[in-house]
Amino acid sequence: MYVAVKGGEAAIANAHRLLADRRRGDRSLPSITIEQVVEQLGLAVDRVMAEASLYDRALAALAVRQARGDMIEAIFILRAYRTTLPRFGYSEPVDTARMKVERRVSATYKDLPGGQLLGPTFDYTHRLLDPSLIGEDAVDEPALKEPGEHVMRVSDILDGEGLIEGDGQMPEGHVMGDLTREPMEFPMARDLRLQALARGDEGFLLALAYSTQRGYGRTHPFVGEVRIGEVEVELELPELGFAVSLGTVRVTECQMVNQFKGSAKQPPQFTRGYGLVFGQSERKAMSMSLVDRSLRTDEFDEDIVAPAQDQEFVISHADNVQATGFVEHLKLPHYVDFQAELDLVRRMRREYEPAQPGGKNVMKEAAE
Amino acid sequence: MNDLANYNFAYLDEQTKRMIRRAILKAIAIPGYQVPFASREMPMPYGWGTGGVQVTASILGPSDVLKVIDQGADDTTNAVSIRAFFQKVANVAVTTRTADATIIQTRHRIPEEKLGEGQTLVYQVPIPEPLRFLEPRETETRKMHALEEYGLMHVKLYEDIARNGHIATTYAYPVKVEGRYVMDPSPTPKFDNPKMHMSEALQLFGAGREKRIYAVPPYTEVVSLDFEDHPFEVQKFDRPCALCGAENVYLDEVVLDDKGGRMFVCSDTDHCEDRRAHGHAGAMLAPAAKESQEAAE
Repeated sequence: MYVAVKGGEAAIANAHRLLADRRRGDRSLPSITIEQVVEQLGLAVDRVMAEASLYDRALAALAVRQARGDMIEAIFILRAYRTTLPRFGYSEPVDTARMKVERRVSATYKDLPGGQLLGPTFDYTHRLLDPSLIGEDAVDEPALKEPGEHVMRVSDILDGEGLIEGDGQMPEGHVMGDLTREPMEFPMARDLRLQALARGDEGFLLALAYSTQRGYGRTHPFVGEVRIGEVEVELELPELGFAVSLGTVRVTECQMVNQFKGSAKQPPQFTRGYGLVFGQSERKAMSMSLVDRSLRTDEFDEDIVAPAQDQEFVISHADNVQATGFVEHLKLPHYVDFQAELDLVRRMRREYEPAQPGGKNVMKEAAE
Repeated sequence: MNDLANYNFAYLDEQTKRMIRRAILKAIAIPGYQVPFASREMPMPYGWGTGGVQVTASILGPSDVLKVIDQGADDTTNAVSIRAFFQKVANVAVTTRTADATIIQTRHRIPEEKLGEGQTLVYQVPIPEPLRFLEPRETETRKMHALEEYGLMHVKLYEDIARNGHIATTYAYPVKVEGRYVMDPSPTPKFDNPKMHMSEALQLFGAGREKRIYAVPPYTEVVSLDFEDHPFEVQKFDRPCALCGAENVYLDEVVLDDKGGRMFVCSDTDHCEDRRAHGHAGAMLAPAAKESQEAAE
C-alpha cells in the first residue's frame, strides 16, 4: 500500500554521513593533509583557485579535499565562500612585464631577449607510467636559473615595428566591470568578457578554442608567448596616494598573435588574443586567448559564423558552477510538471487512436 | 562554524540584501518585468533555488514564519534542505501550514489554500524568459518585451492548435500581467495559473542563475494567453484525491505496483493533511490505515 514519502530530513543527514565516510575512505590509511594537497597536487589547487577566482592555496586545497577531488565541486565550495567576503578595493593592473618568470616560451621567435625558458613543464616528457613514483620517490634538486630578471614581452617587440595592435584602452570614463557584483548584460565589453573567460570552465574553453583551429571561426593564431611566474599585486590606498604591494601571485599569461588582413578603418597588422589565469595552467590561458580573439568580431568587422565567435553563447555557458547546477537540477523532483505532460500525452493518444482504424494497415494502404 | 567563516543573518550581507530589495521594489513597480540583479553565488547549486533563496533571504525578518515547498510538498528533499538552511542561518520559525506562513518559498506549485494579504509567495525560477525557447538571445528578447512584440508567442500557441487541436503547453504556461508584460509563471502546472490572478498575496520570482527578479503585486491582473475560440483551460482530474477525497485540486500519480496499479493523491501535502485532520477521507485512506494497523500487530 501507499507509504507517503516522509523523513527527508533523516535521509539527507544519513546521506551526508555516508558521504563523509566515503571521503575519508579506509581509516587505516593516514588522512591527506592540506599541506600535502598544496604541495603534491598543486595544479589541481591552481585550477580551483583560477575558476573560483580566489587566490588562496590552503582554502583551495581544503575545498579539493572536501570535494573528494571533484574539481567543479571544489570550485563551487570555494566560490560560495568567496562571495561572502567583503571587498575593500580593486588592485592596480598587474604588470606582467615585471614578472619573475619561471617559464617563458615563444613560438614566433627562435631566440629573443630573455631567452626561451622551459620551466616546470610536462612538454617533452614521455607519458610512460612511472613505477618509481609508487611509494616514496627521491627527487633530485632542480637546476634553477638566477631569478629576478625582467623579461621583455613579445608583444612589445612587435609593437616596436607597429605591426601589432597595442594593449588598447577602454573608452574614456569606462568603469571596470565586475560580473560577480553586477548583472550580466549583452553585448558585453571586453573587460567583462575576459573576467568571464578567466573564471570559465577549462574544458569548455579548450573545446571552443579547438573548434576555432578546426575551421569554426579561424583566427590564424601563433603563440607570441606563454609565461608563468610571480607578479606583484598592488593596491592604491587613498590615505597614502600611491600604490603599495600586497604580495605576489603566481599567474600564467598567454599572448596569442593572430593574423588580420586589415579593414577600411585599420591597416593590415597582427591582432591579439589574451589569456591570464591564476596559477599554472597553460591549457587554460591558451584556450582563453584563442576564445578572447575570436570574440572580438565587432572590433574587426568579422562575421559571426561559429559558436566561438558568439559572445552571448560563449559567456552564457562558460561557467561550470552554473552549468553543473542547472544540468544536475534535473534530478530534483519534477513530478508535478511530468504529471501535466503525462496527462497531455494520454489525451493526445486518446485523440490519435480512434482516428487510426486498423492502425498500421491503413497506413500501408495509403502508402501503396 | 569556526572563525574561518561567519555569516550574517539570513546568510547574505546587508549590502547585498539592499541591492536585492531595490530590484524587488523595481519589480513590484513594473509588474511582470524582469529586473536584472547581481545574483550572488549561493552555497547551494544554481538551478536548485538560488534565486528564490536570495529573494527570501532579503525579505526575511526575525518574526517571519517560513514555509518551503517543492512540488507542493513540504517534505521533498530540496524543500527540507532549503528550510534547514534558513533555520540554520536565520534561526527563523518554520511551518508546514500554509495559513500560518508569512513567506512561502515554492518550486513548481501554488498552494491550494487561498493566500491572503500579508503573505508573500516566493517562486524559484529556472528560466525567467517566457520567450527563451522561441528566441535564445537575451539581446533580442529584451527588445521584444520593450516593444511589446509578442506575436511569436501567439504564433507558437496557434501552431500547437493547428497541430494538436489544442495548446500543448501544460506547465510554465505564459501569462500577461496587468495588460503589459508576458511573463513566465515558473514551471508551475497551468492548473495553478488562475490562482495568480488578483491574488491578495505578493508574488515574487527569483532566478539566480539567470540573474532576474520579477513580481506580481497583490490584486494584479494575470491572464493566461489564449484565443477567443480556444479559451485557456486547466487540467481536470477525473477522480478525487485517494487520501482526502478533495476535488478540483492538483493530483500526483503514485505507482503502486508493477501491475499498472495507480493512485492519485494531492500534490499539496499540507492541504491533504489538513483535510484528513478535518475528517475527510478518500477511497484508499481506509484500507491503507487498516493495513498499517495489521502490520503493526
